[in-house]
Amino acid sequence: MSNIIVIAEVRGGSLKRPSLEAITAAKQLATASGGQVVAIACGNGIDAATAELAAGGAAKVIAIDGPSFTEYSGDAWAKAIVEQVKANDGTAVLMAHTAMGKDLLPRVSGLLDTGIITDVIEVSCEGGAYGAKKPVFAGKATMTVKATKSPFCATIRPNNFEASSGGSGEVSKVDAPSGDLLSVVKEIIAAGGDKTPLAEAKVVVAGGRGLKEADNFKLIEDLAAAFGPGVAAVGASRAVCDAGWRPHSEQVGQTGKVVSPPLYFAIGISGAIQHLAGMRTARTIVAINKDADAPIFKVADYGIVGDAFEVVPALIKAIEEVVANR
Amino acid sequence: MDIVVCIKRVPATDTAIKIAADGKSIETNGVSFEMNAYDEFALEQALLIKEQLGEGTVTALTIGPSLAQKVMRDALARGADKAVVLTTDEWIYDGAQVAQALATYLQANPAQIVLCGKQAVDSDNNQLAGNLAARLGFGCVTEVTKLELADGTFTAERDIEGAREVVTCKTPAVISCNKGLNQPRYANLKGIMKAKKKPLEEAAADLPAAAMEIVSLELPPARADGRIIGEGVDAVPALIEALRNEAKAI
Repeated sequence: MSNIIVIAEVRGGSLKRPSLEAITAAKQLATASGGQVVAIACGNGIDAATAELAAGGAAKVIAIDGPSFTEYSGDAWAKAIVEQVKANDGTAVLMAHTAMGKDLLPRVSGLLDTGIITDVIEVSCEGGAYGAKKPVFAGKATMTVKATKSPFCATIRPNNFEASSGGSGEVSKVDAPSGDLLSVVKEIIAAGGDKTPLAEAKVVVAGGRGLKEADNFKLIEDLAAAFGPGVAAVGASRAVCDAGWRPHSEQVGQTGKVVSPPLYFAIGISGAIQHLAGMRTARTIVAINKDADAPIFKVADYGIVGDAFEVVPALIKAIEEVVANR
Repeated sequence: MDIVVCIKRVPATDTAIKIAADGKSIETNGVSFEMNAYDEFALEQALLIKEQLGEGTVTALTIGPSLAQKVMRDALARGADKAVVLTTDEWIYDGAQVAQALATYLQANPAQIVLCGKQAVDSDNNQLAGNLAARLGFGCVTEVTKLELADGTFTAERDIEGAREVVTCKTPAVISCNKGLNQPRYANLKGIMKAKKKPLEEAAADLPAAAMEIVSLELPPARADGRIIGEGVDAVPALIEALRNEAKAI
């Protein structure tokens, strides 16, 4: 058997949606390899999450469950997972490309002494060889690779595969081992308010140096808020993050986040090549800039040449009306 | 305390990528190379840790062509004590191959703290720290935005989806650094002069076979031409109309 393993992410007892997306990718591989999708989840008291995995397309679910796994520890979890990958004939190991996935799967792949490909947008299995496609240079190019070592490990970019649903897999439980932890999570501090994570937002409203000073980002925040709660997130250009107007976590571009929302607003952003790399795959791009020759207009679907301080307040009003009349 | 900083020489971030004739690599003619941006945070953190401890050595380590000496000289000018280039003429895209080669070096030349950038901005692999830590049996925290060392244990902060995580990690450890961790210093004239006398060694990289091969490298499809809707406030109704009925985005 050549089974496809999905390492699921459970936080605070709930299964994270990108894990179900990774199951979709795993199902594609399992169809080609003739194996089964086996999900592995770690935590303490994770019955609800493992039931969701079993009902979400995993043929087999292994819970590594117990008090010693209450908090995430990359080294301890990787060790326990590798045992299960081996015991379950895993020829491919997938996990979502999230903060936990990026931390855990490289460690798992190192223990398995194999390769790993990260931030994958397509997977394949041809003639028994696994392959994947991933963006490189922050999306300025796309690389297709074929694995030459087994097992094949890959982190799957969120929001790129549909979440898997349907199924009735069998759940089994393994006691979480206790032992020395090299690293362990001590605390999780929620971000202030109910901010929508940048990478998951349906709409990203990004501002740049054209806003002239940090306080003027209120305009950007107000436009994001106009879409209603939980819809839009604020983004920023590198220049304004480096200037300290906005936190680095909001930076869009090559040394920040790569985003791909259905709708992206670039306001007062000229469109440096590093910024374009981070947002060019958004479905619809709107640019508002004073300079008609700004490079941002080359990638924008719709552009308005004008002063953000005049255009954006009118746009906020118009969006509020659209949202109110839905 | 021996601190190693893993550094990669990468194309400058303002490079417009062109695919080479082999369809598997980028055209490097006319491309300028620089220290990977995230590695600058790792180097700065190494220097800060050495300053905090008041002792130790900072070794800058890279794997790449001899041309990487220029980037390593910059690391020395910023304050690293020593630099090592594990040379290879191959363009390495397989992160596991890098991790294994660096692990081999670090087994022969042990360090208590290994720092690296969260990812290289060319291959965007984002996997060295965990992979290396697994091979060395070290603790590891990735993508840190805050890092403190006390009594041989790190306390780190990292961004996760919608929150921040506080992680403790024993040394020896591999830490990958994110933007926001610190403000990297640049080389001053004195540093540049001093760097000329600091040791910069070269040794052939002990490279295992790659765990994957490149099938193709392609540019993403070009976006369809957009249009300027109009000028100023008057263009807002037309924009709303287009977003609503044409793009169906609102």
